Amino acid sequence: MSTVNSHEHHYAHHFKNADHEFVTSKQGIWLFMVTEILMFGGLFVAFFIYHAMYPEMFAEGAKQLDWRMGFTNTLVLIFSSFTMALGIHYIQKGDARKATWNLSATILCGAIFMVIKYFEYTHKFHLGFFPGKYLDVARVGAEHANLGLYFGFYYCMTGLHGIHVLTGMSLIVWVLFRHLRGDFNPHYYTPVEGVGIFWHIVDLVWIFLFPLLYLVG
Amino acid sequence: MANHDSNLNYINEFKGIKSWLFSLDHKRIGILYMISVMFFFLLGGIAALGIRLELFSVGPTLMTADTYNQFMTYHGAIMVFMVIVPGIPAILGNFFLPLHIGAKDVAFPRLNLLSWYMLMLGAAMAIATLFIHRLDTGWTFYTPYSIKTSGSTALMVVAVFIMGMSSVLTGLNFIATVHKLRCEGMTMYRIPLFVWALYSTAILQVLATPVLAITLLLLAMERILGVGIFDPALGGDPVLFQHFFWFYSHPAVYIMILPAMGVVSELITTFSRKTIFGYTAIAYSSLGIAAVSFFVWGHHMYVSGQSETAGIVFSFLTMLVGVPTAIKMFNWVSTLYRGSISFQSPMLFALGFLFLFMIGGVTGIMLATLAIDVHFHDTYFVVAHFHYVMVGGTLMALMGGFYYWIPKMFGKMYNEGLARLTFVLIFIGFNVTFFPQFILGAMGMPRRYFDYIPAYESLNRISTVGSWLIGAGFLISLYVIIDCLVRGKKAPENPWGSKTLEWTVASPPPHHNFHHDPVVSAGPYEYR
Repeated sequence: MSTVNSHEHHYAHHFKNADHEFVTSKQGIWLFMVTEILMFGGLFVAFFIYHAMYPEMFAEGAKQLDWRMGFTNTLVLIFSSFTMALGIHYIQKGDARKATWNLSATILCGAIFMVIKYFEYTHKFHLGFFPGKYLDVARVGAEHANLGLYFGFYYCMTGLHGIHVLTGMSLIVWVLFRHLRGDFNPHYYTPVEGVGIFWHIVDLVWIFLFPLLYLVG
Repeated sequence: MANHDSNLNYINEFKGIKSWLFSLDHKRIGILYMISVMFFFLLGGIAALGIRLELFSVGPTLMTADTYNQFMTYHGAIMVFMVIVPGIPAILGNFFLPLHIGAKDVAFPRLNLLSWYMLMLGAAMAIATLFIHRLDTGWTFYTPYSIKTSGSTALMVVAVFIMGMSSVLTGLNFIATVHKLRCEGMTMYRIPLFVWALYSTAILQVLATPVLAITLLLLAMERILGVGIFDPALGGDPVLFQHFFWFYSHPAVYIMILPAMGVVSELITTFSRKTIFGYTAIAYSSLGIAAVSFFVWGHHMYVSGQSETAGIVFSFLTMLVGVPTAIKMFNWVSTLYRGSISFQSPMLFALGFLFLFMIGGVTGIMLATLAIDVHFHDTYFVVAHFHYVMVGGTLMALMGGFYYWIPKMFGKMYNEGLARLTFVLIFIGFNVTFFPQFILGAMGMPRRYFDYIPAYESLNRISTVGSWLIGAGFLISLYVIIDCLVRGKKAPENPWGSKTLEWTVASPPPHHNFHHDPVVSAGPYEYR
């Protein structure tokens, strides 16, 4: 990154050179990731507190989730992180065609993730596992009267994460579009790098969500 | 590359409303914030005067109890989220941070404009709730009441979420600006103390606000999906909401006060014509306050049922805040010592800050004391305390900062006599309004209530009269600003003889701030 050449990219007027712009942008993106982690952090803290308060109820809830679907999604997202990293790598190397393939694969993985999530959600709705007060304990035959709380967490955590996956996908579509237009080259790829960081963080959140929701019980 | 025509500045170089609404210039965005925050302040101020008017006499005076609750809610929510939090950082910080460190703009100008639009969107949504179902929860949105009330809680908390995002983006922008855009020779120990204060504030904005964000989202989900996380009827814990809320909202108190302390540092050194005493101590005490602020939220919850051990620990930690705060206080006083003090209006506000903030701070230590707080909790003592900090501290500094920097912002001088009059009115009015509230609180008058027993009436009347003085003071301030814009004499480059970088450029500054990249070889306060 220190090889960035100031003649290749027209940087904004308040920076000394393109490299200055790059490191500043990257710092901004990392700071934004800090806020993302803290936001999910609050949700995780709440989850741990209630998990400690109602361990049996959480175990009952976790049993209702299909770990195979969650596991598949974990693999899909880890693979998508790999293709995202390759996408950036090939833009840095100047291999536009491979970069296009990898960015597209990342979007596809995001889509697969969301489709699997969609089937999981609709299946739960079908069985009556709604969040909070909408969960009819008698209908689903729950042992614990407040099982809705578990599903409250399930939908809030996976829902917020799902919104981030959709946001990440839109951002990758945007950088892919700009990439196809020829905006990026080995000397200028800041938006791709930034979107990549975002995508990895979104994956990382899922890597924590999966065991907590599906496995710990 | 910049235009060297000396008549061109950031105000007249581009024309038309679009050139303002789509401007990426940090100075213009600062002005946009200034106009909008002044409007919100007017709204919140009207609500405040309404509250005081209702409390003028025992029994219903002006409005019903429900209307009173709504006035109180909107006064709090508007003043906190739309006035004091964005106040100094977004107006004065936006305008002066880049000038202070010799930069041409903030690190991310487009993000900066986006922050303003997010504040506007959030504010529009918050104001929209006035016309849908008015909120009566108080600005804290405590559960479980906020889940059950007929007010539009979900819309309001999403509005606050969006305004929080705006605050996060401003903070993020400032951190990157301070780290990456300092001009040549501008080391971290040569940046003005206002920049240190903004930097510490920005850290808080970035680290604390996301927790408020998730709290508010969960509350919105509670309303929309009934998820039960904060609803005791579904197995949730309403006290957890308080923990989450104050985990943000206590650091937010320092988001509000740290920039004010920064402004005061600038004012005191300038108008004492003396190098600031203990630059490093003041700089690090800002960071110190920011760090301690994350570990004190429990002092809002002494009587919420949290454990006694937690209460004792939080009580001790809260008192720690007094240490860096006192360090600042003593350094300011030491700066005054043997300085050549001139009592121009900005300095009057700075000295007013010292006086009022000291009362606010010392009563804060009283409230931090567990045993005393059990008596004072939820009484007017608390109301008086935080108004001494928020109004006596932050708003006094904001006014002082305005008067200090108006000549630079608009290139015009204002009517000094009237400006001093506004200080007298606001300062006296403030004490008349809020000092009796300490006594009322000590007598046991609960906060937030629509009515009170006859024994409290005379002090309440004094308090209400004081609120009119404050109102008059701020109205005259508005006139001073308008009068300055219309008729003000042209301001010189450096009317106060200050030493920081923004005073080396023309008033108002040119579009690109500096015609030549500045090079700094000394600290910011080289007086004597």
